[in-house]
Amino acid sequence: MPITADSPKPALRVADVGHAYGARRALDGVSFDVPVGGFTVLLGLNGAGKSTLFALITRLYDAREGRIEVFGHDVARLPGEALRRLGVVFQQRTVDLDLSVMQNLTYHAALHGIAGAEGRRRATLMLEWFDLSDRRKDKVRNLSGGQMRRVEIARALLHRPNLLLLDEATVGLDIRSRADIIGHVRRLVSEEGIGVLWATHLIEEVEPQDRVVILHQGRILSEGPVTEVVSQHGGRDIRSVFAALTGADRPRAASEAAA
Amino acid sequence: MTMTVPVTNPRTGFSVGQYVICLTGIVWRESLRFLHQRERFIAALVRPLLWLFIFAAGFRQVLGVSIIPPYETYVLYEVYITPGLVAMIQLFNGMQSSLSMVYDREMGNMRTLLVSPFPRWYLLVSKLVAGVAVSILQVYVFLAVAWLWEVRPPAFGYLAVLPALILCGLLFGSIGLLLSSLIKQLENFAGIMNFVIFPMYFASSALYPLWRVRESSPLLYMICQWNPFTHAVELIRFSLHGEINWQALAIVLGTTAAFLIGAIIAYDPTRGFIARRGAPAPGGSE
Repeated sequence: MPITADSPKPALRVADVGHAYGARRALDGVSFDVPVGGFTVLLGLNGAGKSTLFALITRLYDAREGRIEVFGHDVARLPGEALRRLGVVFQQRTVDLDLSVMQNLTYHAALHGIAGAEGRRRATLMLEWFDLSDRRKDKVRNLSGGQMRRVEIARALLHRPNLLLLDEATVGLDIRSRADIIGHVRRLVSEEGIGVLWATHLIEEVEPQDRVVILHQGRILSEGPVTEVVSQHGGRDIRSVFAALTGADRPRAASEAAA
Repeated sequence: MTMTVPVTNPRTGFSVGQYVICLTGIVWRESLRFLHQRERFIAALVRPLLWLFIFAAGFRQVLGVSIIPPYETYVLYEVYITPGLVAMIQLFNGMQSSLSMVYDREMGNMRTLLVSPFPRWYLLVSKLVAGVAVSILQVYVFLAVAWLWEVRPPAFGYLAVLPALILCGLLFGSIGLLLSSLIKQLENFAGIMNFVIFPMYFASSALYPLWRVRESSPLLYMICQWNPFTHAVELIRFSLHGEINWQALAIVLGTTAAFLIGAIIAYDPTRGFIARRGAPAPGGSE
């Protein structure tokens, strides 16, 4: 059945998920949906639990509590069906620096069962879309940070996922590269209908038309369309709401004491 | 322009062909990495060749070998030591593969592999197969050099040894894979190398026949008997002469299965060490 915006199941359902590293709880009762299509921002300060959540969604390891579904497929029970519908860009670079751009992409294609010729065809298309055609034979090591990120996003789209997860994709990039990356990803949503879950701690990356999930110290503090979240908390804008909820405008020690 | 990427993905499961594509992709990537690391290839060859050219030549008179199966006559010490050196190449390669797993994990490349939709056990076995293919290439280059050094097993032995090399490569790769799941950082790996590779190599029949070991130390003899490396060496030794050492085959098969299952469990997202440790890789913000 084609997956459309009218499909009853959300692209991603995170239901009462909890996780701990030893005695330290990283996530506690986290629940939210990411609808099919659209741009959803997972907003949280460093240490909020965003990367842990990404690791659980992509089944690097299993959640201790709760359930995660991708287009209705339980990640723990049907990981293959869930993972083939996901494209992932982790915060940490995951490209092989010693391989060329094209080799990185065709390796990813093989990991999704896509044959060589088809993998190269798709890779060529992606590199064109991300303005990287002239770098296809270059080793990834020789690319700039922004170009590496674009390679990672191109790679994540190669198997035609329905949902793209990006964890702090703009960290360490200059303003121009950041705008470039966000622009590309937003175009994916508007032109290709791909759903995006964009994890960030940068409030300026949130647009008024986005959905937002505010994660703080392993708990969801608020979620919904940006306009609703702002009005629900009686703030001026999303920046003020985020600051009020998380203490983002206060020194870390003070905000942790308040929490 | 558009990417013509449809937002539909109604497929389920994978065909056999897609499994093969995945396997060949992983082998291809490992081969590329291997080709990029020429010094690794040279180091893998130099090590056993030093043993063959210097150690074996020097100890030829001291460590004479009597007639023991599969040899039908007295053999030079170089001939005796060669199967052990072949196994050493494979042992080092197995550990090198696990070192690259730890490196991949630290660098983040491992995530590319682990978020593939293919079953994780299949991805790990594919990774092992890739390592075995590389080790077999090294072994045949070594045997070619050894041939010039007049270590010349029967011609059919070069072919007969291939299944033994595949099996032993899988054994050492599985041990390495299991170890890699236990190691958090590359720095810790050096210790494991010292505590695994050298004891396995020296407490085996690689350098001296077991009857000699028993004469000098019954305890060491017992340790050698429990060491899977001993049986891998014997399996290779007999195969190089077109014979099968059934006891060695059974032990190598059994230990390979045990270590492989252990490694798969260790990398299981629910039950394994990875799940229990579970901390995000460096660079993650949690």
